[in-house]
Amino acid sequence: MARVVLVGNLAQLTGGVAEFDLSATSVKQLFQQLGELHPALARHLEDGIAVAIDGQIFQDALLEPIGPDSEVFLLPQIAGGSTST
Amino acid sequence: MAETMTNGSSQTYVGTRTIRPDGADKVTGRARFGADFNLPGQLIGRVLRSPHPHARIVSIDTSKAEALPGVKAVITRADFADQSSEFIPAGEMMMNYKDVVRNVMAREKALYEGHAVAAVAATSAAIARRALKLIEVKYEVLPHVIDVVEAMQPNAPLLHDDLFTVGVEPKPEKPSNIAKRVEIKQGDVEAGFKKADLVIEREFKTAPVHQGYIEPHAALASVSEDGSTELWCTTQGHFIVRAHCARLLGLDIGKVRVTASEIGGGFGGKTVVYLEPLAIALSKKAKRPVKMVMSREEVFKASGPTSGATVRVKLGATKDGKFVAAFAELKYQAGAFQGSPVQPGVMCAFAPYDIEHVHVIGYDVVSNRPKVAAYRAPGAPISEYAVESVVDEIAKKLEIDPIDLRMQNAAHEGTKAAYGPKFGPVGLEETLNAIKKTEHWNAPLRKWQGRGVASGFWFNIGGETCASLTVNEDGTISLMAGTPDIGGLRASLAAVAADELGVPYDKVRPIIGDTGSVGFNFLTGGSRSAFSGSMAIVEAAKQIKAELCARACKLWEATPDQVEFSGGSVRPLGALAEKIKPMSVADFAKVAGKTGGPIGGVGRINAQGAGPSFGTHLVDLEVDPETGRVTVLRYTVAQDAGRALHPAYVEGQFQGGAVQGIGWALNEEYIYGDDGKLQNAGFLDYRMPVASDVPMIDAILVEVANPKHPYGVRGVGETPIVPPLGAIANAMESATGIRFTELPMSPPKVLKALKDKGLSRA
Repeated sequence: MARVVLVGNLAQLTGGVAEFDLSATSVKQLFQQLGELHPALARHLEDGIAVAIDGQIFQDALLEPIGPDSEVFLLPQIAGGSTST
Repeated sequence: MAETMTNGSSQTYVGTRTIRPDGADKVTGRARFGADFNLPGQLIGRVLRSPHPHARIVSIDTSKAEALPGVKAVITRADFADQSSEFIPAGEMMMNYKDVVRNVMAREKALYEGHAVAAVAATSAAIARRALKLIEVKYEVLPHVIDVVEAMQPNAPLLHDDLFTVGVEPKPEKPSNIAKRVEIKQGDVEAGFKKADLVIEREFKTAPVHQGYIEPHAALASVSEDGSTELWCTTQGHFIVRAHCARLLGLDIGKVRVTASEIGGGFGGKTVVYLEPLAIALSKKAKRPVKMVMSREEVFKASGPTSGATVRVKLGATKDGKFVAAFAELKYQAGAFQGSPVQPGVMCAFAPYDIEHVHVIGYDVVSNRPKVAAYRAPGAPISEYAVESVVDEIAKKLEIDPIDLRMQNAAHEGTKAAYGPKFGPVGLEETLNAIKKTEHWNAPLRKWQGRGVASGFWFNIGGETCASLTVNEDGTISLMAGTPDIGGLRASLAAVAADELGVPYDKVRPIIGDTGSVGFNFLTGGSRSAFSGSMAIVEAAKQIKAELCARACKLWEATPDQVEFSGGSVRPLGALAEKIKPMSVADFAKVAGKTGGPIGGVGRINAQGAGPSFGTHLVDLEVDPETGRVTVLRYTVAQDAGRALHPAYVEGQFQGGAVQGIGWALNEEYIYGDDGKLQNAGFLDYRMPVASDVPMIDAILVEVANPKHPYGVRGVGETPIVPPLGAIANAMESATGIRFTELPMSPPKVLKALKDKGLSRA
């Protein structure tokens, strides 16, 4: 299971829960699983979010693989400095 | 220090100071900048701007202007359909189309002095100016607010009655000027501060400043009867201009062709649209080309500056210098519409340091100023200035060398950044070591002279990029990129292409293609263009090499394992090498038509793996106790470039960032009167550093390879503006014993501070 951490304001959309263990194998699956768990979060995952997988930041990379032991951070997109979240 | 990577290609040109492909045109005046484009029959467009910082627009009567002979079109808010609320990337910021349409042309209200209210196109500039005077606008003048802290007060004049603060619980019931509250948090800050032997807390204020590009905004639009639209403009991203204009004017993207001119500076400020949609709308209405160029006054009053801000920093350290807890609160002006760079300011504030407990809060606040645009490492110079000032104070209180203190706490590979993920290989420690080894660090100082050091960080990004390589009939190479060249892109990409294909550098001709000639590119910003462009060129070259090997197999009746591309040629291997000579790229070019047709490659990527960049700056300055004037005596920059594709251009980025930071620290500021009007909208009164104000900036290239790039490249354009503010403030403290907490440290403020301390001889 990948360890997933929400950075910044995103946890306000999950009732304060900021850490998850998810079985996602790609960013697309990760967004899907998070959206199902917390529908309020779903729309904010569509844009303005960067994903750091094991320290490497990815932007707009839905197909990027996530390993079973990966550490994943969801953070505001860097290019979109002031994100919509 | 210089750990570099290779890409399996011999590096003849990468890392060398090759001749600039754009140099001859620029020094002979042949290069065409935004205002240099003209078309037969073109009209001149001018903009009517609000004289009020805040006013409701009751009515606009354009009838008299339209009746003036020579006037061919007049546009107002009525010519732009309203837009739904949707956030889109604008440089390193986000903007909402609902706000963009209101920023290019005021609708319900004028929200800052200089806000566009109407525009005309006429047969001459004189007629256009006369027409502007005939437009009757009835305003209901409203109270205004400029300062960020004043704008946050409950009784402050309200800019938008539908703006409710995002990021606070419970959701506010009343609108305010606070668009957003953001935060990052890790560890337990309160517990962390209890472990500290020393806690320093200070509040800082920075003035709003402009990017200060020499070339003003300019656009020339031509709309044909079938709706096909051509636009020439100065921009950092012509694909983004195309997208914005198409959206604002209801055009098909495919019918809009945008050509980026040479650019006379942008620094983030040319990532948004101002004149471009107006010129298209006027051209469509007038059925003739329309040219528009901003005056310097318009650039200052109506194009994106960066935020003024207030920052509170609290940093705790043990007596032996270990940082244990950090807190900061940032309040950034966004200008008339939400979207200040406070989010990256929050994320960057403590990024250079390995601190267990961190909490940073930021507020995005609207006020009656032009909407801010990106400015080199948006948001980071402000927050890191405040942090670096406090770090310096801790070093002095604990009597620890300031470089040693930074080294002790420096982020390194494996450090968990305050904004979440762990860093990969980064070069902060290497930049600190490089500065400490300089002769500059130990040079003697005299009375009234001071020395300061500061470090800085920027993320860097990749993004969507497309670039092509075409092998011409004579074996020369045409290189086409789609991101405007603002800092050496063409020279850097040409060097990569030459090395990848094994051809002479001067046989590669790089150009920036228009939006109809090359696939989509995100804009030049985020320090991404050389990083991602070189990755696209490597991909394009790979396709060419594969194609040449495939053709060689057919020509030589060989199998793929019997050929290889190396040293600029396809070479037969094994027994085949004894009877067949290698074929160079030029050899294949001669027989291209007979072996399958034109040869080329296109790199189409969404570049990932941008490596963050750290830098450390060292500055000596002298304070004149009679006038308060500060003279920068000596300046050294050390920055991690990963791999410098073109060292001279990289050094130029370091030097340019340092000089802009010097201006931000010492002189530059928007000065508003009580009436909310800008009082210094020109270079005579808005004091930017000129060549005679600064010494030669010494640049030290540190190269810690980015493992995610085929050549090890990191973006370099933004980090160098981050450390100067803190370095200069620290040098001021060294020279005077006074901790200046407000920028700019201009002569009147310095003189007053010296007098208050009884230090001035004036």
